[in-house]
Amino acid sequence: MAMSGVLRPGLVQIRVLDMAAALIHYRDRLGLDVVTTGADGRVYFKAYDEFDHHSIVLREAEEPGMDYMAFKVESEKALDEFARKLRDYGAEVSDVPAGEQPGVGRRVSFMTPTGHRFDLYATADLSKDGPMVDNPDIWRSEPRGMRIIRFDHCLVYGDDIDGTAKMFVDVLGFKLSEMALAPDGTTPIAIFLTCGMKAHDVAFVRYEGKGKFHHASFRLESWNDVGHAADIMTRYDMSVDIGPTRHGITRGHTIYFFDPSGNRNEVFSGGYEYYPDEPVRKWTYDSAGKAIFYYERALNERFMTVVT
Amino acid sequence: MDGAHNIEVDDGGSFPCAPERNVLLAMERCGVAAIPIGCRNGGCGFCLVQVTSGKYRTGPMSRRHVSKDSSEAGYALACRVYPDSDLSMRRATQAERLEGSIGPAEPPSGYGNRK
Ligand code: FES
Ligand SMILES: [Fe+2]
Repeated sequence: MAMSGVLRPGLVQIRVLDMAAALIHYRDRLGLDVVTTGADGRVYFKAYDEFDHHSIVLREAEEPGMDYMAFKVESEKALDEFARKLRDYGAEVSDVPAGEQPGVGRRVSFMTPTGHRFDLYATADLSKDGPMVDNPDIWRSEPRGMRIIRFDHCLVYGDDIDGTAKMFVDVLGFKLSEMALAPDGTTPIAIFLTCGMKAHDVAFVRYEGKGKFHHASFRLESWNDVGHAADIMTRYDMSVDIGPTRHGITRGHTIYFFDPSGNRNEVFSGGYEYYPDEPVRKWTYDSAGKAIFYYERALNERFMTVVT
Repeated sequence: MDGAHNIEVDDGGSFPCAPERNVLLAMERCGVAAIPIGCRNGGCGFCLVQVTSGKYRTGPMSRRHVSKDSSEAGYALACRVYPDSDLSMRRATQAERLEGSIGPAEPPSGYGNRK
């Protein structure tokens, strides 16, 4: 399958209340590498198996949450094309010049009907610490902490998830891989979208209000590494939401936990491969518990209500 | 518990809390269910309480859930409250909690946000 248009989740900028505590969490516990700290105090991180300059940006602020998630697109030409299509669609679009943050080219920024900001960009510097390419070893130096491979996806909460999903499908070429339905059997309460061959790259849950952040997810190599991450969470008395468990949706093995500012993180392994000719998988309301937490077969209240 | 203070939650019971431990975690570890448990880290507003008597310190809390004014009125996130004396408090109502949760759509201003 040739991948075109939007390639993948590229980076996410998350607000934290206390950068010193966030550094311990993201660098020492998750095991991300600090790439650089900007003059404005933002800190840039990458996971060991990512080629690009960075994938996580932390910004200290008075309230936590997500500033934006950004997708990498295949070319500058594709970026211009998406900007035009988004404007034609009626989206609120703005340009972010190159140099706004290190290592990333110009970005096109747009708002979704759920009140979230997403960016697109085509150009990023290659990290000098990226994966090896000549007779490549599996890593340059052994992964630390939870041994995160890469930034995987985000789940966000907002009101008009139908309008947002339509924008991602019609304008950006995403595919609907899976959804969970309300008691009426037709209204989606959760929508999972993919731009490639993963079960999801971004997801939206219906929620009163706009612009809420549910979690940023990080990929691990195996179910064993999910267990290793759980060991770290207990050893360092980290705030765990639920897990280790499995999602019915995507089939990924997972733990939800919180960073020191209350932003939810996920570590995640597995999940099925998605091909764009596949039908949409659907979950009825009476199976929503199994859809989200396959082993527990029940939602916890925190999943539906605790967001930043 | 040495030096622990007594925390009393209206209609929720009481439990001891050491000065270096936050009230929500002390409650959870005692197996008391007086205040809802969310992120445990000052971000989600789930554990919002109003302290009605006693002295305490607070750690970093999301301004969306506790503004300067409301913190002067004794509102605080229990997961960020460290007791310096015995404390009495009440759970925030659902309406008080949701005010911050739903709130305005705009993210806080700052570098990196759209103009
Ligand atoms: S539990 Fe989230 S703010 Fe206290
Ligand atoms: Fe996830």
